[in-house]
Amino acid sequence: MIQLTPEKISIDTLLDSVEDHSTGGLVIFLGRVRNHAEGRQVRAMDYEAFDEMALTKMAAIAATAREKWPIKKIALVHRTGHLKLGEISVAVAVACAHREEAFAACRFVIDTLKKTVPIWKKEYFEGGEDWVEGILPEG
Amino acid sequence: MHLSKALSSAATVTVTVRAFARYAEILGLEETTLELAEPATVGDAVKLLRKNAPNGHLLPERPLVAVNLEHVLVETPLRQGDELALLPPLAGG
Repeated sequence: MIQLTPEKISIDTLLDSVEDHSTGGLVIFLGRVRNHAEGRQVRAMDYEAFDEMALTKMAAIAATAREKWPIKKIALVHRTGHLKLGEISVAVAVACAHREEAFAACRFVIDTLKKTVPIWKKEYFEGGEDWVEGILPEG
Repeated sequence: MHLSKALSSAATVTVTVRAFARYAEILGLEETTLELAEPATVGDAVKLLRKNAPNGHLLPERPLVAVNLEHVLVETPLRQGDELALLPPLAGG
C-alpha cells in the first residue's frame, strides 16, 4: 500500500495491508506531530504534498527496499492537510520472515522518504506560523 | 499568468511550471506557463521567474527542481510540454 491521504491514518488498515502468514517480523514506524521544534511551542501542522511526484517517489523507495531486503509486504502512508498535536503524519510498515531485515528496511524507508519525497509542512506556533526548514536530497 | 521573454521569430518551448509550499507563496502562484527561447534549461526558466514573477527574487538561483516528476539539476534542458516543479527543501515525515 502506497498512499497519501487527507484522512486520519488507520492502523487497522495498515496492518491489514501487510497481512502475510509467512512473515514473523513486522516493523512499524509512526511519525506524529510533536509539540515543540527549535525551542518553539508547536500547536499544529499543515502538510502539503506534490501528490503525483510524492506517490512516484514513495513507490520507488518501496521498490528499492524490496531489492535490498527480502520483504514480503510493505506499506507507506503519508498524511496531508491540517494535523493536530499527536496525530500520525507518516506510517511505514515492513513485513519480512525475520525481524532483522524488517528493522533495517523500515529504517531505510523512513530515512529515504524524508530525503526524496516532495512533502512540506507548516508549523503553527505561539505567535505565528512558518514553513519548516527542510532538507535537500543528497547528490 | 503567462510570462514570456521578448521573443523574435526564434523557436520556443512552452513548459508548465508548478510551485509548492513556500515557493508558491513567494511567487503568488501554484501553476503557470512559461515560453522560453530554444535551447532552454531549467535554469533559464528559474532566471525568468526570478526576474518577472512577483517577489521572484526571493526564489533561490538554484532551487531544488523536478522535471516530469524526477529530481533534476538546473542545467537540465527543457523540452516542449515539460512540467517543471519548484520544490522547497523537503520536510516530509
